Amino acid sequence: MLNPQLYLHTDTLQGGDMPRKPSRDGFGKGLVELGKRDDRVVALCADLAESTRMLEFKTIFPDRYVELGVAEQNLAAVASGMAAAGKIPFIASYASFSPGRNNEQIRTTIALNHMPVKIIGSHAGLSVGPDGATHQALEDVGLMRMLPHMTVVQPCDAEQARLATEALLDVDGPAYVRLSRAAFPVFTTAETPFEIGKAQEMYVTENPQAGIIATGALVHTALLAAHSLRAEGIEVSVMNIHTIKPLDIPAVVALAKRAGALITCEEHQVAGGLGSLIAETVAAHHPVPMEYIGVHDQFGQSGEPDELMKHYGLDVSDIVRAVKKVIERK
Amino acid sequence: MQLTEKQKRNLELQAIEVRQSIIDMLEDAGSGHTAGSLDMADIFTALYFHVAKHDPKNPEWPERDRIILSNGHIVPVRYATMAHAGYFPIQELKTLRTFGSRLQGHPERTHLPGLETTSGPLGSGLSQAAGMAYAAKMDKRNHHIFCLMSDGEMQAGNIWEAAMFAHAHALDNLIGIVDRNYIQINGRTEDVMPIEPFAEKWESFGWRVIEINGHRMDAIVEACEAAKAHTGSPVVIIAHTIPGKGVPEIEFDHEWHGKAPSQEQQDRWLKDLRTLKGKMSASHYE
Repeated sequence: MLNPQLYLHTDTLQGGDMPRKPSRDGFGKGLVELGKRDDRVVALCADLAESTRMLEFKTIFPDRYVELGVAEQNLAAVASGMAAAGKIPFIASYASFSPGRNNEQIRTTIALNHMPVKIIGSHAGLSVGPDGATHQALEDVGLMRMLPHMTVVQPCDAEQARLATEALLDVDGPAYVRLSRAAFPVFTTAETPFEIGKAQEMYVTENPQAGIIATGALVHTALLAAHSLRAEGIEVSVMNIHTIKPLDIPAVVALAKRAGALITCEEHQVAGGLGSLIAETVAAHHPVPMEYIGVHDQFGQSGEPDELMKHYGLDVSDIVRAVKKVIERK
Repeated sequence: MQLTEKQKRNLELQAIEVRQSIIDMLEDAGSGHTAGSLDMADIFTALYFHVAKHDPKNPEWPERDRIILSNGHIVPVRYATMAHAGYFPIQELKTLRTFGSRLQGHPERTHLPGLETTSGPLGSGLSQAAGMAYAAKMDKRNHHIFCLMSDGEMQAGNIWEAAMFAHAHALDNLIGIVDRNYIQINGRTEDVMPIEPFAEKWESFGWRVIEINGHRMDAIVEACEAAKAHTGSPVVIIAHTIPGKGVPEIEFDHEWHGKAPSQEQQDRWLKDLRTLKGKMSASHYE
């Protein structure tokens, strides 16, 4: 059942009819809130103010919005300079370009230089849809989680994206936030707690036969899978890893011990993504059989988000199958 | 204001001491970038001993001018100048590039107070300087940001993104200084990837351009003062320099971009510089 301590939306397990929003909407709201709270907060954008949802901040705080044009390397390094001068810059683009194109500037001028720049990568994952592979970042989590000093956050829905954005103000040093273009169910609520670095067990069961560890939009898919498995008499727990780094290692290891088998779910390359991360973690602390839902060494392509999720094996039925498979391997 | 003869002479003598330290530290380290470090000794000396507002005892002084080194590989000249200016003991220069040293092979802000940033990968220093200049304007502060760059790094696209940005926001508190020594690792810049017509490039990006001989103290100081006084656009000083300046046997030789002197070379070069310094000091007291 849904973890009552998290106050998730009562219709969470109903599937299709949930209110949907893209997580970038929550970022936009959170940024405006931060703008009101702290005048060190500035917003820098590379010609994508509307689609990254920086537009509202720009409208309310025009003097604290900086337009860079189509220049992502400059975006990162100018932000580093502004941070050195005491600002807290949020930089927004599509994840393919930032942290994709400007990876070295992020590494040297932000991460190694330990500057509190918050990198917002929107339009991450397959769910970008019709724009196709060039714009579907599937490597960004890997790039960012390899960098020392970097905090990496992928909220599970728009509401959590708002809270995560606001929480970044207190993160000492750089951070990366991964956001979606497509609208996904908003199943967390204003009452749902959020703390950077603290995993959330969203679907709880006393004796799980497997644990599903998911991030981003796949968390909701995993909840639907858990609900459907329960109807078949298979009990699983679902954990939301909104903070990929620093990982809540005790929570992950505890779930591995209780469930004895894990499945990871992400809209990202498994290599370098959540799949790698959880495998590294449990291999060191408590090895258990694992299955990986995610993209396996492929690029994306054009299509509607639903079509792509099905094609690449990121659907409810894929998770259900993976759970059954991993339980057999126990 | 023009330098007096005495000021000019003192700066020139100081630059020789900086060059001596550069040679010492590079020989001690056994690796590092000699040519560019030596050719920027005059400009670094002018900045730290005359032009820039700064306080070695208070490196975080908010009103200080910022000195950003984009081409981080010539950091020996910065370390040497900072040590002579009083940021840390000259003795510490011996630790360059060694394990546990604050003097990393390429400059790291978090290791040594006063560095302003971490650099080495070419092309991103001007963006950082522009960010600092933009923030200074937002906060109505009136310090200046000097950004030192190599000519080789002008081949990096990021430089021109920054140039466009600084012009768009009329960052007249930003002063670029390009070490135009015509060399890079693979050879002469104009053979590797021509950057000429160079002054025209900056002008077409809306920057005020000042070209100088980068080894003449009065010209360096005059250009910096003119750049500080200029309003309405950023300024770039194109400093024509001789790679390896101060050590005649390596001057102009691109092979010295990225290698350090042997002990025998160190002895000979230092002796030459001591002789030069002796002559200059003697003429001062004539």
